[in-house]
Amino acid sequence: MTEQKKKTTIILFSGDYDKAMAAYIIANGAAAYDHEVIIFHTFWGLNALRKDEPLALKKGLLEKMFAKMMPRGSDKMGLSNMNFAGMGPKMIKHVMKKHNAMTLPQLIEMAQEQDVKLIACTMTMDLLGLQQEELLDGIEYAGVAAYLADAEEGNVNLFI
Amino acid sequence: MKADQVLDAKGLACPMPIVKTKKAINQLEAGQILEVQTTDKGANGDLTAWAKSMGHTLLNAKEEDEIFTFYIQKG
Repeated sequence: MTEQKKKTTIILFSGDYDKAMAAYIIANGAAAYDHEVIIFHTFWGLNALRKDEPLALKKGLLEKMFAKMMPRGSDKMGLSNMNFAGMGPKMIKHVMKKHNAMTLPQLIEMAQEQDVKLIACTMTMDLLGLQQEELLDGIEYAGVAAYLADAEEGNVNLFI
Repeated sequence: MKADQVLDAKGLACPMPIVKTKKAINQLEAGQILEVQTTDKGANGDLTAWAKSMGHTLLNAKEEDEIFTFYIQKG
């Protein structure tokens, strides 16, 4: 195949488990369609890329508060609907297991395996006080221009 | 129908059947046939659309005891 690959670009803005799941299912599907796939994580979507263990990093008071209040990693994210103070995610994970659906951490791993490019927005990382050490390995760091360079060639472009 | 390779994707939910099918078909030569077995109810729409878009041929599809079987010839 000499023709150029099609491109799917997704902006993951939300930090909700269900919305991130939708983004990653589409990303994995697009990768199976042989698209070049890029997920640009910004604002709350960055939490999907956080490692689950706490790291001793130098942070200011506000940054420490943000780090505590935001979900540490994709598995700890809440639902956009019917969260019920944390009961919602427990229920949906139970149902997902029953239906053999992939969990969000598994979907992210699968995306990385399929060479989906995961990008963290550096400007919003600064705002939320997130540092590269806290985020998953093998991701890239960029800003709006890098995203647009991919998106303008994109065949599918989503904001979630 | 005789397949060159059989993919058991039974019990797997979206998007895994399509992800696994793609991986399996990558291992085949053009003209070879992949048999995919799945229980995902969306698989018919998914695999039909996917095969068409990727230039493969869906030779046959059948359902038996809630198991869907597809024969895809690599394009």
